[in-house]
Amino acid sequence: MFETPDDRKYQESHEYATTDGEPVTVGISDFAQDELGDIVFVELPEAGDEMSQGEEFGVIESIKAVSDLYVPVSGVVSAVNDALFDQPELVNESPYDEGWMLKLEDVDDAELAELLTADEYSEQTE
Amino acid sequence: MALRKPPLYDLHADRATFTDFGGWEMPVEFDSIRTEHEAVRESAGIFDVSHMGEVVVSGPDATELMQRLVTADIAALDPGDAQYAAITDEAGIVLDDTIVYRLPALEAPRYLFVPNAGHDEATFDRWVDHRDEWGLDAEVENETDLWAMVAVQGPDALAAVDNATTVDTAAPARNEIVASEVDGVESWVARTGYTGEDGVEILCATDDAETVWTAFEGCDPCGLGSRDTLRTEMGFLLSGQDFDPDEEPRTPYEAGIGWAVDLDTEFVGRGALAEAAETGPEDAFVGIELRERGIARHGHDITVDGDVVGHVTSGTMSPTLGEPIALGYVPVSLSEPGTDIEVVVRGTGKRAEVVSTPFIRHK
Repeated sequence: MFETPDDRKYQESHEYATTDGEPVTVGISDFAQDELGDIVFVELPEAGDEMSQGEEFGVIESIKAVSDLYVPVSGVVSAVNDALFDQPELVNESPYDEGWMLKLEDVDDAELAELLTADEYSEQTE
Repeated sequence: MALRKPPLYDLHADRATFTDFGGWEMPVEFDSIRTEHEAVRESAGIFDVSHMGEVVVSGPDATELMQRLVTADIAALDPGDAQYAAITDEAGIVLDDTIVYRLPALEAPRYLFVPNAGHDEATFDRWVDHRDEWGLDAEVENETDLWAMVAVQGPDALAAVDNATTVDTAAPARNEIVASEVDGVESWVARTGYTGEDGVEILCATDDAETVWTAFEGCDPCGLGSRDTLRTEMGFLLSGQDFDPDEEPRTPYEAGIGWAVDLDTEFVGRGALAEAAETGPEDAFVGIELRERGIARHGHDITVDGDVVGHVTSGTMSPTLGEPIALGYVPVSLSEPGTDIEVVVRGTGKRAEVVSTPFIRHK
């Protein structure tokens, strides 16, 4: 079974956003990393970029597939996880911790509140 | 249209993920592409390749029919020989590539050849139509649904085969096929493959597939995902992707398999290819390594100074090298290893270089 921690919220396209205050950490779910398989490349925006909910913020490639990444909540990028450029496999190994992708500030709290809860997201991936 | 399922489908069902390939629902991944790839490079892996076609040709004119429909010299084959060849149209365009086996220990020539997945029916029709047109006395059978095919590949593959065979036959020499028994099951065992490693491809009756598969318990089960990364590292062509009569029409010379064309034989496409050999191809199929972060994929443009000069037909991350690798077509003038090119990945040109294939140095 896949881990779906409840200290964050999820969107249908499998990105998560943490809910314990700013900065909000964004990444992809355990289910998503497993679906993708061996991740070999991640493209991320730059710190300072303003992103709107639903906007493409990057690309993730496994050996077999290329997928777009979508911003779960509007905000300003305060940091990106540079470690993924050399070690994209961290997304497979630790999607909720070392495999994080973005930190967002000035986040739209109303959007965050409307994302799927861990339970709702788990139902979707069953 | 319903997907065709390999005879081992139920056995794989709970431990593999599947993909549609050539109209077949095939295992793409068991453990992970990376671990399966490593198993084949370092020990041994086993693939279900029952989606490959099997067409059998026999009768007094079997040799002539085969000779006139593929590019290699079929008349030169001895019983038990395997030969890679292209199937070309009148214009010399590659329709498919195939391995032709002249089955051993039979006085009258009998050939089994292996068209790619989903091509068996069209290939069978092509053989029958030409046989009738030329008035040849040969029997052609599409036996794709009668045969299962598994590939056992890797440095430890031959030891595994030796272990699994229950008759005292020597392993076939490279590019040869022998009759054998795998765990009591009558099989054809051929020393061929698509990974660049030593190993065999085994043909058995579909009902016996499970016995043969489970006779190789020590080998890692591998899916089409790692089969693709393994063949890409070797620079081997994928039919329907690196060449395709509609989407990517190429002569064998452009596709880098001119060595499988014997212009001293008579075959469909020979005239056009004799001319092409004279003038030389415009494009060449080359290896490409990116010198910037990014992965070249099928369909990406290749540019020089901003001008599109070619395109990528296959690309992936090489599990062995840990570097992105690709295959594609460029003009012959840009095909020398060391030539600087760019690959356009999502609108951005990435520095890249033409390299020789195989990408990995081999023992």
